[in-house]
Amino acid sequence: MSIQGKAYIAGAFEHPTRKAPDKSVAQLHAECARGALADAGLAKNDIDGYFCAGDAPGLGPMSMVDYMGLKPRHVDSTESGGSSYLIHVAHAAEAIALGKCSVALITLAGRPRSEGSSGTQARNYGASAPDMAYEFPYGMATANGYGMVAMRHMHEYGTTSEQLAWVKVAASHHAQYNEHAMLRDVVTVEDVINSPLIADPLHRLDCCVVSDGGGALIVTSPEIAKSLKRPLVKIMGVGEAPKGQMGGRVNLTYSGAAVTGPIAFAEAGVKPADIQYASIYDSFTITVIMQIEDLGFCKKGEGGKFVADGNLISGVGKLPFNTDGGGLCNNHPANRGGMTKLIEAVRQLRGEAHPKVQVPNCRLALAHGTGGQLGTRHVGATVIMERE
Amino acid sequence: MTTAQRSIPSPVTNPENLEYFDACAKGILLVGKCDACGEYHFYPRRICPHCFADQVKWVPAKGIGTIYTYSTMHRGVPVPYTIAYVTLDEGVSMMTNIVDFPPGSLTIGQKVKVQFTPTEGGQPVPTFTPA
Repeated sequence: MSIQGKAYIAGAFEHPTRKAPDKSVAQLHAECARGALADAGLAKNDIDGYFCAGDAPGLGPMSMVDYMGLKPRHVDSTESGGSSYLIHVAHAAEAIALGKCSVALITLAGRPRSEGSSGTQARNYGASAPDMAYEFPYGMATANGYGMVAMRHMHEYGTTSEQLAWVKVAASHHAQYNEHAMLRDVVTVEDVINSPLIADPLHRLDCCVVSDGGGALIVTSPEIAKSLKRPLVKIMGVGEAPKGQMGGRVNLTYSGAAVTGPIAFAEAGVKPADIQYASIYDSFTITVIMQIEDLGFCKKGEGGKFVADGNLISGVGKLPFNTDGGGLCNNHPANRGGMTKLIEAVRQLRGEAHPKVQVPNCRLALAHGTGGQLGTRHVGATVIMERE
Repeated sequence: MTTAQRSIPSPVTNPENLEYFDACAKGILLVGKCDACGEYHFYPRRICPHCFADQVKWVPAKGIGTIYTYSTMHRGVPVPYTIAYVTLDEGVSMMTNIVDFPPGSLTIGQKVKVQFTPTEGGQPVPTFTPA
């Protein structure tokens, strides 16, 4: 049994705010839910499935279902950091295929910018996290975890800071057309490598933004999707894979995408070369290079060469990516980029991306997320979608 | 040599990991070794993460290894510091800090040896320095 054709993304909404000191997190979730429902042409009472992750306040679905006054018969609070929402799409499609629900709402929202979050703060997941005692004392943050990944990638494959910088350059070319993007200035390779060093070898412009905001999606059955007035975005293939330190057999040269890519491509019955647009999680520039290799868009170790010279710029290169500007330039609500990756892929398949970055006749798109931390433990998740 | 040293937060101990940190206080670095499958693991657990047997012993490591990767945090922190994974001679890699090295001198593959650095609450944790 394949997920292909069992469910469709019928609604998508990205919150326009990038700083929301005057709103609660629950309020932002609800505003995103309203936006996605309006986009789909559905009403709150149509929702019979609800999905949220660790960014949802209080006790997740318990708190948010009550806050929004939902009446779901299916809930799922799978938590895998920033890739949660890709897994939610997969799980929603699976639940719809089994008849457990027919209109699934997925929400994400958060205010890390208003709350002063930073990628240089050591992350503390609490005393009960089994790894914390062995990591927190050493100042394991976000930026230096990805710094270690980049350092090893450079050592093994000869990847350069200039190649990393091309990822940011491409994102900035796209962000200039997004009126909501936090960073709209087009930057050069030199701008990136001359920006301050944050965590070797990553510079400030290798790092994503910290933003408030959120997003929501509606996943629904084929029957309901076809009754709506929106273009049909069909789920074709999905994959999810956790990866960690493997009991000390640490290997930072590949990510969960090496597992999810082949699974999702096989389920969708397509190849990397068939993908016309890709949303690739861009917490840092190295994240993109790693995932592009692991998903099979190029050979392992050749991601640096692949992204150079504008190959990710829409209308210029072979693999248009993150045409909203991505996490590097547009936003990274709740420090979780998976939702916005899906939303921009939906826009591309509907032909609703900005005309300057729209991929002509975009029929097949991929979104991939890396939740958690490539330097320690993460969950990769892939969703392949087709315009029907 | 590096100048100011970062103050290291204390590890949060629990009934499972107390033996590891008690050993640190005696200058011993423990790693997990499974009697069932013979494999080492890190961080040490009571159940082997490789074969899932409960015949695990926590044994002293030689305390020498090589740098698998590292990154120095330069911004957003009071004092720059260097985080790393060190691959021990026993074959397992562990997260640590590299300390007491000439700035700019570190390389992947470099040989390092363990030492024990007191944290804010006094509890020592393993750090590494060039061998």
